[in-house]
Amino acid sequence: MRTLEQTTKEVLELASRHFNVQPGSLTPEDDFFKKLGIDSLQALELLTRLENHFGIELPDYEMQGVSDFRTLADRIQTRL
Amino acid sequence: MLDLAKYQSIGAALRDALDQFANEVCLIESDRERETERLTYREFRERGHALAKGLQDSDFSGGRTAASGQNPAAIIMTNQPKWLISAYAIFHCGGVLVPLDYKLTPDEHWQLLKHSGVSVLITEYPIWRQLAASNALEGSCVRTVLVTEAPADADLHGAERWEEFRGAGEPAFVARQRHDIACIVYSSGTGGRPKGCMITHENYLEQCVALTSLYPFWPGIRYLSILPTNHAIDFMVGFFGPFICGATVVHLRTLRPEYVREAFPKYKIAYVSLVPLVLKNLRKGLQARFDALPSRKRKLLNALVAINKVLTRGRPRPAISRLLLRQVHDAFGGDLRAIIVGGAFTEPQTLQFFYDLGIPVANGYGLTEAGTAITVNDLKPFRVGKPLPGMEVRIVNPDAEGVGEVAVRSKTVMAGYLNDAELTAEAIVDGWLMTGDLGRFDGDGHLQLFGRKKNMIVTEEGKNIYPEDIEKVFESLPVKEFCVFAANYIWPRRAMAGEQLVLVLHLEPGQSMTEDLRREINSRNQRLLNYKRIHGVVLWNEDFPRTASVKIKRNALAERLAQLERASAVQSL
Repeated sequence: MRTLEQTTKEVLELASRHFNVQPGSLTPEDDFFKKLGIDSLQALELLTRLENHFGIELPDYEMQGVSDFRTLADRIQTRL
Repeated sequence: MLDLAKYQSIGAALRDALDQFANEVCLIESDRERETERLTYREFRERGHALAKGLQDSDFSGGRTAASGQNPAAIIMTNQPKWLISAYAIFHCGGVLVPLDYKLTPDEHWQLLKHSGVSVLITEYPIWRQLAASNALEGSCVRTVLVTEAPADADLHGAERWEEFRGAGEPAFVARQRHDIACIVYSSGTGGRPKGCMITHENYLEQCVALTSLYPFWPGIRYLSILPTNHAIDFMVGFFGPFICGATVVHLRTLRPEYVREAFPKYKIAYVSLVPLVLKNLRKGLQARFDALPSRKRKLLNALVAINKVLTRGRPRPAISRLLLRQVHDAFGGDLRAIIVGGAFTEPQTLQFFYDLGIPVANGYGLTEAGTAITVNDLKPFRVGKPLPGMEVRIVNPDAEGVGEVAVRSKTVMAGYLNDAELTAEAIVDGWLMTGDLGRFDGDGHLQLFGRKKNMIVTEEGKNIYPEDIEKVFESLPVKEFCVFAANYIWPRRAMAGEQLVLVLHLEPGQSMTEDLRREINSRNQRLLNYKRIHGVVLWNEDFPRTASVKIKRNALAERLAQLERASAVQSL
């Protein structure tokens, strides 16, 4: 079982790979819309990638208002 | 379809529709590949009435605000059946509905909840969890909060479960008149000055008659609801319109493109509404698939598209297009009658792409202030079409080329802005709604839009951005004064797309535009969502004109700035 810290780390790694930004340039507190400059459709793409990676389902409506990596990782953790 | 001329209110029309179409399916909810709900109008009525009775038992009809004279209830939800059931219950109680965009931040939600004096809030648990965390409930008029889908062990922070909130027995139907306010719809204005459009029952009833004459619904026909239901278009064509015709609305709990694509053939969708950004993405996806075809097949496709273009030049002929381009149409389920696109300006190239494939895109022109739509297109991508029945549209102060401000008069124009007589007086002059958009009529009566006269931009996602609302991120910037403008407002340009914001800076005496200052501006700009970011900086070396209460006189400043040449004045960041 992953710890929240590990989950957060994997979320950050996957996001930087998917959006092609320098590994290590993202922090848990970052707002992914602002930091990555992505729109809502691109955020959904990220969710799909994360679901495949962690083998879970993340309902869109549960992600409403979630915009920072830490909360995102937290929501993932509760479903692992 | 019900004869809406006989009705005084949305509530009365919906009540009769639920009886008339009792055995038809009104709602289907799907979550990924699973169908999670299928309701007939009879079942919808049962749920709606139980909720309405619960609201009445908790004295919902008793609460009144000075603003509208009625009791507002807000819905903040993603697209789902409970949105529509809640709205029905509110109207049945004679209430005023405040539909809010679920994508706003908690602070923005609270600001609008307070502005509209909402007493009942209906929302989803994940949204409520964030709203409750900001501790703003006490300073508001909200007395009852209902949350959907709360986990069994969740801390509800004083809210009640929507699923359990029901009264026993039949609720009383509370009648409203045509001139009464049905909804307060915020066209923008989180931050600076909220613009709550007071839309009357008559506005909706009249708009619905006009729209369903062009895009008819009937029992069995299906609409896919993607555009948020708080948006005027989805409210009309994803709720009120189909319901009074006995049609079916399909909700998807996920908007991942792969599931949206699957929904078209799976549910035989006839209509869908999208914002231009999604339409553009759809086009990109289709184009990529066409490009990936082997050369021989691509040539065949191009030839069929060319034939389709010739055969559908004057008007859409879906049967012919489906025959010629069967595979493309099958991907949309084969029953698609129209993609309704709204909320923002759509690029003509994107429209042309779909027209060429024989897929009608209903592209029109509308403002929340004027109901849903003012004009609807005629398959000419550079024009937004002719006015809908019942709409009077004229061009005010046209220039030599006939271009002037578009003004609208009709029974669909709002009653005014909530609690803002000054703004209302600016917007509605002698019964005409001044849209702030520049346009002209072609010889054959089609409206063509050229740009905006007002200080705002509209993004491809359909978001209205008022520069005043984003200034706070630049507060205490180390300069003498600053102001944000839509570049087109200063330098009117004949374009509805690619709009940009600029930051006008008046530096302190002896101060210059240093790298540090530029970095500071950039860093603050990054705090804004990407669609709200400023595009460039304009340096100005005079004091800003101000009112007696030291507010910037934006119009006067814009007039002075207009003397600069745009290309050289705007420095990129």
